[in-house]
Amino acid sequence: MPRLFRLFFPAFALLALACLSSVAPAFADPVDDALARFSADKFDETDKAIEGLVAAQAPTGAEIFEALGAGRLLFDPESKTILMKDAAGALKLARTGEAAPAELGAKPLKPVRLNNRVRRSVEAARGAFALQAPEPEKRVASARAVFKSRDASALPAIEAALAKEKDPSAKEALTQARAAIILVKPDAPEADRVAAADIVADVGDQDALAALNSLPANSPQAVQDAAKSGVAAIQRWLGVANAVQDLTYGISLGSVLLLAAIGLAITFGVMGVINMAHGEMVMIGAYATFLTQGFIRDNVPAMNGVSLLISIPVAFLVAGAVGVLIERTVIRFLYGRPLETLLATWGVSLILQQAVRTAFGPTNREVSTPDWLQGSISLLGVSLTWNRVAIVLFALSVFFALLLLLKRTSLGLQVRAVTQNRRMAGSMGIRTPWVDAMTFGLGSGVAGIAGVALSQIDNVSPNLGQSYIIDSFLVVVFGGVGNLWGTLVGALSIGVANKLLEPFAGAVLGKIILLIAIILFIQKKPRGLFALKGRFVDA
Amino acid sequence: MKRFLSAALAAGAIAGATLSWAPARAEDTIKVGILHSLSGTMAISETTLKDAMLMLIDEQNKKGGVLGKKLEAVVVDPASNWPLFAEKARELISNQKVSVVFGCWTSVSRKSVLPVFKELNSVLFYPVQYEGEESERNVFYTGAAPNQQAIPAVDYLMKEESVQRWVLAGTDYVYPRTTNKILEAYLKDKGVAADDIMINYTPFGHSDWQTIVSDIKKFGSAGKKTAVVSTINGDANVPFYKELGNQGVKATDIPVVAFSVGEEELAGIDTKPLVGHLAAWNYFESVDDPANKDFIAKWQAFTKNPKRVTNDPMEAHYIGFNMWVKAAEKAGSVDADKVIDALPGTEQANLTGGVSKMLPNHHITKPVLIGEIREDGQFDVVEKTPDLVPGDAWSDFLPGSKDLEADWVGKKCGNFNVKTGKCGGQGT
Repeated sequence: MPRLFRLFFPAFALLALACLSSVAPAFADPVDDALARFSADKFDETDKAIEGLVAAQAPTGAEIFEALGAGRLLFDPESKTILMKDAAGALKLARTGEAAPAELGAKPLKPVRLNNRVRRSVEAARGAFALQAPEPEKRVASARAVFKSRDASALPAIEAALAKEKDPSAKEALTQARAAIILVKPDAPEADRVAAADIVADVGDQDALAALNSLPANSPQAVQDAAKSGVAAIQRWLGVANAVQDLTYGISLGSVLLLAAIGLAITFGVMGVINMAHGEMVMIGAYATFLTQGFIRDNVPAMNGVSLLISIPVAFLVAGAVGVLIERTVIRFLYGRPLETLLATWGVSLILQQAVRTAFGPTNREVSTPDWLQGSISLLGVSLTWNRVAIVLFALSVFFALLLLLKRTSLGLQVRAVTQNRRMAGSMGIRTPWVDAMTFGLGSGVAGIAGVALSQIDNVSPNLGQSYIIDSFLVVVFGGVGNLWGTLVGALSIGVANKLLEPFAGAVLGKIILLIAIILFIQKKPRGLFALKGRFVDA
Repeated sequence: MKRFLSAALAAGAIAGATLSWAPARAEDTIKVGILHSLSGTMAISETTLKDAMLMLIDEQNKKGGVLGKKLEAVVVDPASNWPLFAEKARELISNQKVSVVFGCWTSVSRKSVLPVFKELNSVLFYPVQYEGEESERNVFYTGAAPNQQAIPAVDYLMKEESVQRWVLAGTDYVYPRTTNKILEAYLKDKGVAADDIMINYTPFGHSDWQTIVSDIKKFGSAGKKTAVVSTINGDANVPFYKELGNQGVKATDIPVVAFSVGEEELAGIDTKPLVGHLAAWNYFESVDDPANKDFIAKWQAFTKNPKRVTNDPMEAHYIGFNMWVKAAEKAGSVDADKVIDALPGTEQANLTGGVSKMLPNHHITKPVLIGEIREDGQFDVVEKTPDLVPGDAWSDFLPGSKDLEADWVGKKCGNFNVKTGKCGGQGT
């Protein structure tokens, strides 16, 4: 722009002189010209406006694109003035970046609309503008964006930024971005393009693969060969990464199963109650999370970020209390009568579902995900989403906490005593009915905690529990009834097996194969992986 | 205790099954049956439609009812249980003597009630987008046929986003399977190579989408613009979109266009990561039209919830109900045969500024709208067909149904074969 200005300055001066006495010059500045297109309220025009602003290197460009991307670029349909609202809500003129006159703020302003195509252009344009950002991370991010978009118009900006870049990681990202453009640029020298193919191949991720694959078929042979060998190298590496990826998915699914089943491992595994209402305890935990979040949002917004953590004890207490209530009013009359227990708890589950449906409505409730659980990290080509990582860690800590509780506390001792020999425990002075209630409450409370985690990955609806009840029983029976370790191993092996099967067999067939395998396994070992031994087994 | 429990259970079951809103037992009323699940998995979608029908009936009664008589809603709960749908339909028609039934959501529930409506000769209005390949004398389809939703959506992606590679992802049942079959044939017709189409099915309520989303990412890294056409149904959508957001699949990279995700479904999701993903419907709550504004205001007043959203199947019931009222008045009777004859040709203004018309094949004309998800959970309409699209019962892209045509006015046949000139026979 400055160079342009210097070139045209004499011409401007002359014109200005010529027009001194007449009307203002009808000269449109390219930035004004581009901005005017925003007010047309058409996607094509908006796209052209973005192009124009990039070409003219508009001084307020970075701000305009940021506002546009966030839907904060507005126009006044009457005067066609383009305005932007900054993150704090202050109105500015898009042309100059100065505060907008107050009378414009009072008008009915319309936002410039976006669709995916425009959004892509905005991203590429922001990339081109942010290359000059003072923070190196921003420069890296914008170089990555250009790498993805391979937008040839960004090349001069990339090269200019590369020339004065000092930061090594930003320099690397810029080199890669430049290579991605050169690779697909038909008029670049062949040798440069071959070199570019190698640089892109070294990036080694899926974006690189996309860049190499997008090479037009009419490119010179040498370039095509280089791209092909790059693709092969990346695919070899991605093949290994995929196997690791499937394994991590399996562990993640396994930990979800573990969370869902671990409460059942207590109520069914330890106490022997066929608890069909177990899924509803999970659901109650999820709704408790929803209510807690809502309460915190309305009353203590400062704690929004940790509301999920606060939900954990709340869900435990609520679901635990419901569990104790069910045990006291229904299940205690049915000990030793598995068929009646099954029917009664199934009825309880229907009642709970419909109660929640009546109270909260049949539609899903939104439980928000805190920022620290969103997004993913990429490790050597394996991408892990934060919420899944959190669930794996959470499931394991719940598991070990429970193990500790059963093995190291007096409540745990009493629970084990009562389940192993009720009459003897009773004659030793243990209040067996109280222990029953507490154990059932504990199992239900743990199920409630699972609800907190599941609210992050699944629907919070009255049907939430239904989708986990079968899997939970499967895990507990497969792992061996009455053994917590069995539940852990069972959950993880079912999860991993499921995820290893899925890429080959598909989600539907994979599940069927797995079920058949488990049926065969149970035929062979009816007591599951880790069978309890001893006199009390059939008690 | 045991007896008490079982009694309580039985009472609960009965109460859940036959909730009946019966205002004043007047003899001189016309009964309208509402057959939507109020419990079980489908309650999430169908309860809203029950409320919408109650509102429409209420409105009509304020205007004086139909043929000088008040309307009376009879609500039953088929509890998301497909055989129970047939039983409840029989109860509505035989015992309650309703003149017309508005109901069903899933195709399997519709198929389950079909024989009942044929045998007892009654009228069913079906408000949900479906796979087509059906036209029955007793059923009026006010939702979209595939050519009113799926095909225009694919056209939009080809034109506006120049998509060349397609993932057809769906839940494993009849609607996604048939729709995907039609889409596959259509895409191949348009010159898309078989390698550029990936088809994937998942079970109902699938909640672990890690593998599939990463497969989609892999499929999308072949250097061609890729899009996902989703016929994923119901609850499975929330974890699917969450996984997309978490794995960083943005609408600008790989857009997802969905046929079963509307305002109601989005109400349970944090929509910020989903901005730009698409949905194809015949109605969006965000459409700027006076009739729509009026409808939304009435709905929110009726449900006493200023945040309650409207959706596409609700509009379908709005159109269907008003068409039935007009046809009954034209015929001067609510007798099933007379109404069935009077309905084709009936016109009713829809909520998006057009006038829908009942066609001889018992489908209606509708505009097709493509919307992008906004941050507030509403849709931004990015494309609207200039004219209304007539619903086609038999797809032109499937070999078995290409030559079939439904015409209940001239030919009195739901599957007339144009080639053989005879009525009857799918797949001939």
